[in-house]
Amino acid sequence: MKLTLRVWRQKNADADGTMSTYEVDGISPDMSFLEMLDTLNEELILRGEDPVAFDHDCREGICGACSLVINGDAHGPERTTTCQLHMRSFKDGDTIDVEPWRASAFPVIKDLVVDRSAFDRIIQAGGYITAPTGAAPEAHATPVPKPDADFAFEHAECIGCGACVAACPNGAAMLFTSAKINHLNVLPQGAPERETRVLDMVERMDEEGFGGCTLAGECATACPKGIPLMSITQMNKEWLRATRRVGKR
Amino acid sequence: MTSYADYATGEPVADTKAPSGPIDERWDKRRFEAKLVNPANRRKHTVIVVGTGLAGGSAGATLAEQGYHVVQFCYQDSPRRAHSIAAQGGINAAKNYRNDGDSIHRLFYDTVKGGDFRARESNVHRLAQISVEIIDQCVAQGVPFAREYGGLLDTRSFGGVQVSRTFYARGQTGQQLLLGAYQALSRQIAAGNVEMHPRTEMLDLIVVDGRARGIVARDLVTGRIDTYFADAVVLASGGYGNVFYLSTNAMNSNATAVWRAHRRGAYFANPCFTQIHPTCIPRTGDHQSKLTLMSESLRNDGRIWVPRAKGDTRPPNEIPEDERDYYLERIYPSFGNLVPRDIASRAAKNVCDEGRGVGPGGQGVYLDFADAIRRMSRKAVEAKYGNLFDMYQRITDEDPYEVPMRIYPAVHYTMGGLWVDYDLQTTVPGLFAIGEANFSDHGANRLGASALMQGLADGYFVLPATINDYLARNPHHDEVSDEHPVVQEVLAETQDRLNLLLSVDGDRTPDSFHREVGELMWEFCGMARTDSGLRKALERIPQIREEFWRRIKVPGSGEEFNQSLEKANRVVDYLELAELMCLDALHRSESCGGHFREESQTPDGEAARKDEEFGYAAAWEFTGTGEAPVLHKEDLVFEYVHPTQRSYA
Repeated sequence: MKLTLRVWRQKNADADGTMSTYEVDGISPDMSFLEMLDTLNEELILRGEDPVAFDHDCREGICGACSLVINGDAHGPERTTTCQLHMRSFKDGDTIDVEPWRASAFPVIKDLVVDRSAFDRIIQAGGYITAPTGAAPEAHATPVPKPDADFAFEHAECIGCGACVAACPNGAAMLFTSAKINHLNVLPQGAPERETRVLDMVERMDEEGFGGCTLAGECATACPKGIPLMSITQMNKEWLRATRRVGKR
Repeated sequence: MTSYADYATGEPVADTKAPSGPIDERWDKRRFEAKLVNPANRRKHTVIVVGTGLAGGSAGATLAEQGYHVVQFCYQDSPRRAHSIAAQGGINAAKNYRNDGDSIHRLFYDTVKGGDFRARESNVHRLAQISVEIIDQCVAQGVPFAREYGGLLDTRSFGGVQVSRTFYARGQTGQQLLLGAYQALSRQIAAGNVEMHPRTEMLDLIVVDGRARGIVARDLVTGRIDTYFADAVVLASGGYGNVFYLSTNAMNSNATAVWRAHRRGAYFANPCFTQIHPTCIPRTGDHQSKLTLMSESLRNDGRIWVPRAKGDTRPPNEIPEDERDYYLERIYPSFGNLVPRDIASRAAKNVCDEGRGVGPGGQGVYLDFADAIRRMSRKAVEAKYGNLFDMYQRITDEDPYEVPMRIYPAVHYTMGGLWVDYDLQTTVPGLFAIGEANFSDHGANRLGASALMQGLADGYFVLPATINDYLARNPHHDEVSDEHPVVQEVLAETQDRLNLLLSVDGDRTPDSFHREVGELMWEFCGMARTDSGLRKALERIPQIREEFWRRIKVPGSGEEFNQSLEKANRVVDYLELAELMCLDALHRSESCGGHFREESQTPDGEAARKDEEFGYAAAWEFTGTGEAPVLHKEDLVFEYVHPTQRSYA
């Protein structure tokens, strides 16, 4: 396959960016999207040009590092991570736009690499259960009903890639934040911090400059792990419950 | 001039921290004998932790909870992304919830035997003891393990053991355990007890007056090189499987932290012990950047075969039954497709070497579910393996319900690593290594679902107990700063190395060298190794190294985000580590576990150990790039599990 790529190039956080055009040839349909970019980068290095910077690591869809907007869609046309997107999803002769996540809370570091540390700070605000090492009771002391365990798992699957934010017209982080709150709040182990968790995490989310939620639903459509839109509704219920019990922050 | 295969034999190395007495009392004894640091004094101690996987994440969180000041590093943009996250299967623990005869002693026994008698009994027993506490700890953190309808934890049997002791969270156990550790770490970051440096890579170790006192690290965003000082340094930087270029490791997993520590005096043990996993998706061409594992549970129902005839290019469905070779069932009639990982991997290599491999390049064998679908119905197969079949289809664009899967072995885990004593301390005082970065618990072969167990045992429970003893016995250190001559020297060496990489301006990319050394290692130091092959590799590696420094091309500068520079710097270390792996494999002229020397096999093709000659861990001392290293042997004593030869025929 022969393709035309239009790639966002930006030297660093302070520089202005621009779309640059590159031709790539000899692309196999079996290549992953990132392997196609590897091919481009090998050529750029040999030509003495700066290769395109992008985040990637596990390349099996679980670490959440890769983060490209492809032809306007977070992670591209298939419902998966960019690393699991293959070139057979494109046609010979296609022109493909490749951009970074675009959200004010995710500033660009270089080219296609963005700073997602706001997500870490949301987790630090309360996305945990306080269980110091060694203080744990016997694992079977507290049975967890299977539907609750499954509900927790379904939300715990979030890989923190940020596609939800990139896809949202408002740049909101509601799906990410709600996934962690719902994972922990449904479990008996998470109950003692149930109210503070949702209040603190939502407060931090707002402080980080993410947009508000208008339930557009783009986040759930882009999510490679299928976190449901209902997750946000559930978080809102948790938040209302918490404000009634302990008051707003 | 030294020959490429030379090495010297030095004094034996002994585990001086190993307690004596009955094996089930040793860990208690060691913890009691270890000195403690007064809680009020802990905040005065700084501990550096490199890596945020299961071992590093759990260690950083736990040390911070205890009151130490932790300074932690990861090269990823977030500590949540370390490659532990990709582990699929599960985590072993001797809970005996099934009442099926499991016990701490049985897990201990299985692990020593599975490691083909090349691990330390004391360490493995401690691991089995701690396994039960890990599950309690993770459940308390909210790790959503699979549960049964009664609300209790589900388990499954894994990796050919006869008890059901593997806890799991669908096919994403590593992800869930890692997020548990990451969340515990996040709590400590918020509390100000952990100073976290993401996107920062350790480039060297600072050793002052014989003690590990800090690291040199590069901020991957700005390119700034900084020093960080501490009273102890913990390496939790993972394994070195990426030396093979293609592996199931993450793209950026690397050996630089452990290799730089090795160069500064830490012995490297059993580097040739690498694990090759039999069921991975084969490569599709030269563009292949990494390999993806398919759970080995597929071998429970799939049948492995290749065409009888060489070069048979017919589609699999057109090859009649009597022209197929179900070679595992033929060679190992009693175990069939369920033989251990190393045996299944070697058999696949053998049939492909004979020219009977399938798929592009002939590097694959069929894993066929047609019989299973006939026997169990398509629906039953779907319920059991649906998500794996979907993953396979997404990557290969082939429907495994209609055509057999193609699989091939791939590098997956490294049992070797920095030599550590019972306290997980390396031969450099104050330098500790935990998780896959050390060598201690898996011997020559790791059992399924044991990597997660070891990473968390080291990080949550072992290191936090043993590092106390070191810090209590060495409470007062002289201040070290950038002005110290040793620090100046390390900084200058680091800067010079990066400058050199940037200034060669040759005509080959970092990846091209990585691929070259990786292919060489796969051919000569992969699934089957021979004296002549290893000698060839040992001759070739220094030549590649020489060519590297003549022809490497790294664009850009050091003062910016520069992924080519990161990569090139890692390849420098692979080019040295590869040599030690080959030398270790050459010197160990026995077969054991994942290390198969063709010269040393039983008549039925099974690995033949030579316990009299090689019943030791090989700890290598660095003497200089391209110089003959020194071998220090640690004799392994088996008091509880007596060595036997495996047989699966």
